[in-house]
Amino acid sequence: MALGWYLAVSVLIFCIGAGGVLVRRNPLVILLCLELMLNAGNLALVTFARMHGSEAGQIFALIVMVVAACEVTVGLGLIVAISRRNLPIDVDELHELNG
Amino acid sequence: MSAVLFFIAAIAAIIGAIGVVTLRNPLYAVLALVCHLISLAALFLLLRAEFVAAAQVVVYAGAVMVLYVFVVAYVGGGDEVKAGNSLRILGPMFAVALAIELFIAMLGTGLSGIKGHGAPYKLGFGDPEHIGKLFLTDYLFAFEVASLLLLVAAIGAIVLARRRRGLDADDVELARVLSTPRPAYTGTIAEGVGVRRVREQLEQVHGGVTELIGGPREDEPEEKS
Repeated sequence: MALGWYLAVSVLIFCIGAGGVLVRRNPLVILLCLELMLNAGNLALVTFARMHGSEAGQIFALIVMVVAACEVTVGLGLIVAISRRNLPIDVDELHELNG
Repeated sequence: MSAVLFFIAAIAAIIGAIGVVTLRNPLYAVLALVCHLISLAALFLLLRAEFVAAAQVVVYAGAVMVLYVFVVAYVGGGDEVKAGNSLRILGPMFAVALAIELFIAMLGTGLSGIKGHGAPYKLGFGDPEHIGKLFLTDYLFAFEVASLLLLVAAIGAIVLARRRRGLDADDVELARVLSTPRPAYTGTIAEGVGVRRVREQLEQVHGGVTELIGGPREDEPEEKS
């Protein structure tokens, strides 16, 4: 397959993830959509690594995976803390920091 | 053969992504993401990134998703609230606009490589040996920073999600230590950064008395922080 197809898949997944972040209001699902966007970036990185025949892109993809894991840990910690305080699990209700 | 595999994996990945965005129940959204991740690992294999594909399945689809399932089970998902906000319409429009823009960028690119099938395959491209060698030589700094980031994230998650209950009823010793009167600002960050010294000077000027804090209180000590 030409590598452009992989990039097209990556673009589609990224846009689906971005739309999901904007539309959904459950912070858990927003985190899932962030994962989608990071994975789309990963796919593009691995595609470009294949295009250039160097493994640097794959290294970056692995680092992105580490960052995604950290983001998930902290985000899920936040969600657990929110639910402990019996606050609503809804990003529209959690607007105390609204300026 | 590789084209067939590509289309199967790509369609599965996109369907999984759409499932994550549209499914109402967060548990099903997590399962759709697992499907998406596994088909993405198949795409990585087609791109000859064996180690990345293995890490994707083991770390992502394995460990991270288990964390998600636990939290969904703990939190209970919460009911998705109905629409009514303007983002309900603007969000998809933004996504479509972004897709169009990225496709224009991709089609109009001067990169001739995306029409080809990639660089000629070298033996051992993307296998753990090469990746590990690169991590410990060229990309050592990124590797160390990533490990530090993982440590910080682990500690942060523990701090964020820990149980804040105050003291246990039978923890008499700690309660006694905490209720002993002490000069204000001692044992706090304020002392560390020198606020206390400023205060003492002010008190010398005004002849005031250092107030005591933490003494026995008449009301119940507060349980929640």
